[in-house]
Amino acid sequence: MSEEALQERIEELEEQVASLETEVGDGQKKMTIVATQGTFDMAYPPLILASTAAAFGWDVVVFHTFWGLDILHEEKSSDLKLSAVGNPNMPMPNALAALPGMDRMATRMMEKRIDENGTATIEELIELSLDQGVDLQACQMTIELMEYDEDDFYDGVTTGVGAATALQHMAESDIQLLV
Amino acid sequence: MSSEYQIAETLDVKGASCPMPVVQTKSAIDDLAEGEVLEVVATDSGSMSDLKGWAAGTDGVELLEQVEDGDVYKHYVEKTA
Repeated sequence: MSEEALQERIEELEEQVASLETEVGDGQKKMTIVATQGTFDMAYPPLILASTAAAFGWDVVVFHTFWGLDILHEEKSSDLKLSAVGNPNMPMPNALAALPGMDRMATRMMEKRIDENGTATIEELIELSLDQGVDLQACQMTIELMEYDEDDFYDGVTTGVGAATALQHMAESDIQLLV
Repeated sequence: MSSEYQIAETLDVKGASCPMPVVQTKSAIDDLAEGEVLEVVATDSGSMSDLKGWAAGTDGVELLEQVEDGDVYKHYVEKTA
């Protein structure tokens, strides 16, 4: 191989390395969480992990679908319920837990504990996550399925996204969680 | 506490629990200049491990010291970049 050809080959390889580096990014970690549950207790884990990951400087997406959509719904998020039935950690038998008003009571109890423990409210965690640049996404198909309006969600929530958007971020993520 | 460094700012997160101590520390560090030290005062016992993990996994910060002082946990974080 002539010196000229060698030089050309080196330049070619340098270009390839540069484009690969761009593809890999700046080493910033990425996390995608899919939030599918809309009960009071299940709203916490995705929001706590997302806001903490943002504090690490990670690029975070939480894709909310099905009942998980209620977490981002401004009206519904403040009224999420803890289910007293089918929860063996509840200090009451299922037969009692199934009575009217029991979910409300269990939720009140939990809210009181959360307040006493200095744990943030769901609303605070949402605001915090958005402030820190977490991309909270509301699945468009579920918005339509539930007959919600795009204006029903917190300001800053991303709408008009579907499974393909979620998958794209997941494929690039170091961490993917389904909650 | 050693006095090899000067505290530029104190963040009081007493009474707050996970994830607040870490998240608010991050916000407070963002407001500091390079080389300044933040004092974080917490009552969450988990903050000892959490702030350590956060500092180890985050660029531009260094955890200088952690002190358990009765019911209070004090953390000293320097903004290094």
